[in-house]
Amino acid sequence: MIEAVGPIKRKFAPWDDPTLKPFIRFENVTKRFGDFTAVDNLTLDIYEREFFALLGPSGCGKTTLMRMLAGFEQPTEGRILLDGKDLSGIPPYKRPVNMMFQSYALFPHMTVEGNIAFGLRQEGMDTSNINTRVAEMLELVKLEKFAKRKPHQLSGGQRQRVALARSLAKRPKVLLLDEPLGALDKKLREETQFELMDIQMELGMTFLIVTHDQEEAMTVSDRIAVMNHGIIAQIGTASEIYEQPASRYVADFVGDINLIDGAVTAVGDRIVTLHCAGVDATISAEAGPGEVAVGAEAGFAIRPEKVQISLEAPPAGTPNVLSGEVWDIGYLGDISVYRVRLAGGSIVKATVANLTRIVERPITWEDKVYLTWPADAGVILLK
Amino acid sequence: MNKSTSWFNITSLVVGFAFLYVPILILVVYSFNASKLVTVWGGFSTQWYVELVHDQAIIDAAWVTIRVGIISASFATVLGTMAALVLDRYRKFHGRALFSGMVYAPLVMPEVITGLSLLLLFVAIGFDRGFWAVVIAHTTLTMCFVAVVVQSRLVTLDRSLEEAALDLGCPPVKTFFLITLPLILPGVVAGWMLAFTLSLDDLVIASFNTGPGATTLPIKIYSMVRLGVTPEINAISTILISVIAVGVIAASVLSHRSQVEKEKAERAVFLTN
Repeated sequence: MIEAVGPIKRKFAPWDDPTLKPFIRFENVTKRFGDFTAVDNLTLDIYEREFFALLGPSGCGKTTLMRMLAGFEQPTEGRILLDGKDLSGIPPYKRPVNMMFQSYALFPHMTVEGNIAFGLRQEGMDTSNINTRVAEMLELVKLEKFAKRKPHQLSGGQRQRVALARSLAKRPKVLLLDEPLGALDKKLREETQFELMDIQMELGMTFLIVTHDQEEAMTVSDRIAVMNHGIIAQIGTASEIYEQPASRYVADFVGDINLIDGAVTAVGDRIVTLHCAGVDATISAEAGPGEVAVGAEAGFAIRPEKVQISLEAPPAGTPNVLSGEVWDIGYLGDISVYRVRLAGGSIVKATVANLTRIVERPITWEDKVYLTWPADAGVILLK
Repeated sequence: MNKSTSWFNITSLVVGFAFLYVPILILVVYSFNASKLVTVWGGFSTQWYVELVHDQAIIDAAWVTIRVGIISASFATVLGTMAALVLDRYRKFHGRALFSGMVYAPLVMPEVITGLSLLLLFVAIGFDRGFWAVVIAHTTLTMCFVAVVVQSRLVTLDRSLEEAALDLGCPPVKTFFLITLPLILPGVVAGWMLAFTLSLDDLVIASFNTGPGATTLPIKIYSMVRLGVTPEINAISTILISVIAVGVIAASVLSHRSQVEKEKAERAVFLTN
C-alpha cells in the first residue's frame, strides 16, 4: 500500500521576508585579540528555526563568532542581539543558548544520564521532570541502553550523541554546534548529518553550526555564510553559493572550480565576453555581482561537471570552445575527472558521470579533446 | 643493542640501590635488636617498640608532628591549589613569570634560609614561636610542592569541560566544585600527602620556629641522638619511614590508578567496536 506523501515541504526562506525580524543579530561586531582581528565589523542576521552554517578555513573567525554568541568571548565593538535583546554583559550561564563542543566536553566523572541531566539540575527542575526529559533525550539520540555508562566506556559516535543530547536537554532557543562531526569517520558523519537535520526539524530550534567542511555545511544548512579573515565573503543557500559565487575566494573554497583570467571585451544584456590571453580564447558567460566595464580584468569560473568533453570538434562558430590534450584521468567510481592541458599550458578539469558500466572509455590519455559549455554554465567574477 | 641485562647494568642497579637503602635497612633491622648496644646484634625483639609506647615525651612529640602535618598540609593544599589554578588559568598577566618563579622558588630555597627568614618575621611581628609558628612555616614550605603537583594535573584538564558547565547554566564557583575539583582531586590528594610527609620529616624549619610544648618528632629524635643513639630511636625512625613510605606510595598510586583505569576502559571500548 502506498501511503500519501507527507506534508509538502514549504519553501523555507524567512530571510526573503522583509516583515520578519531576525532572531539573532550580529551588529557591526568586531573582535580583536591584541593586534589580531578575528572578526572585523561583521553584521549578520539569522532567523528563527533556521539551520545556519558558518563556513571557512581555520582562523577565519567563525569559532570566535560562535563563542561570542555563547558568551565565552566579549565583542570588542558592536553588539549581539538575541530575540531583540542585547546580550552584552550577560554571562554564558545566563544565556538561553547551548553549545555542543568540538571535543564534546563530556564530564568524565558523570554517567551519560548525569551529563544530560546536568543543565536541567542547574535550572532547578524537579527530579521527576528531569528523569522524563533525560529519557526523552536518550530516546532522541537512541542511547537508551547506555544511560548508566561513563563517557570513556562509549565509542566516538556514541559520545557525540551524548554531547548532542546534553546540549539539547535544556531546550535552548539556539543550539550552537562547533565542528560537531569533525571527529567521526566519513560514513558516520554523513548519517549523522541527516539525523541532525531531522532533529532540528522535529524540535523546531535555531541551529548555528561552525564547520570547515563545505559538504557538511551544504548538506545540513538552510543558509551558509562563507567567512574569510573575519569578514563574510558571501551569504546564501547552498546552491546560491555553489552556482553563483560572489568572489574567486568563495568559488575556490566551496567545491571544485576552473578559473580562467581574462579582460572584458564586450558587455551585453546579461552576458559578458572575455578575451583570455593565457588560453587564447574568447569566452562568454553570465556576469556575477558588481559593475562590469569593457577592459576590466575579470575571471571566468566554471565547475568541472558543467564542462563537456568531446573528441569531435564542435561545428564552426560555436561559442566557448577550448581545445587541449588529456593530461590525467582520475576514476572515482561515480565520476571520472579529466584534466585537460590547454595550448597555453593551463589545466582545465572536466568531470563526466559514469552512467554505464562499460569498461572501455572512449577518451584516453593524450587524446586531443574539445571542451565546450553553454553560455550560462559559468560566471564572470570581478573580485 | 643487547636487550638482556649485562653485568654492568646489574652492578649499577645493585650498587645504586645499596647506596640508597642499606643505611635505612640497617636502621630498620637494629630497631628489632634485643641488645641495648646499637652495634651489637643480640637477637630479635620488639621491646624497643613497647618502650616507645610508654615514653610520654615521644608520644607527645609524635602527636604534635601529626597535628602540624595535617593542619599545615591542609592549608598548603588550599593555597597551592589556588596558586596552581591562577598559573594555569591566567596565561597572560603582568608579572606572571615572576609570580610563577616565586611560587616555585621555595622548592630550591635552602631550608635554613626559609627557617631563618620565618623566624625573623615571627620575631618582628611579635608572633609567639610554637605550634602555630611551625604550622605556618610548614605551610610555606609545602605549598609550592602542592602547586606543582596540582598544576601538572590541571594541564591535562580540558578547558572546554568548564565552559560546557557554564554553558549549561552552572555559575563559575559551582563549576569549580562540581567539575574542576572532582577532576583534579587525585592531584589535590597527592599534593596533600606530599605536603604531609614533607612536614612530618622536616627538622630544620621546625627547629627554627618551634617553642615550648611544640617539639616535633624530628626535633625530639635529633636531641635524643645528641646523647647517643639508642635502639628506641631506631624504632621510632622505622615507624616514621613506614608512615612516609605509605604516604608516598599512596600518593603515586592515586595519581596513576585513575590514568590506568581510564586507558583500560578506552581499550575495552576500542576492542568491542
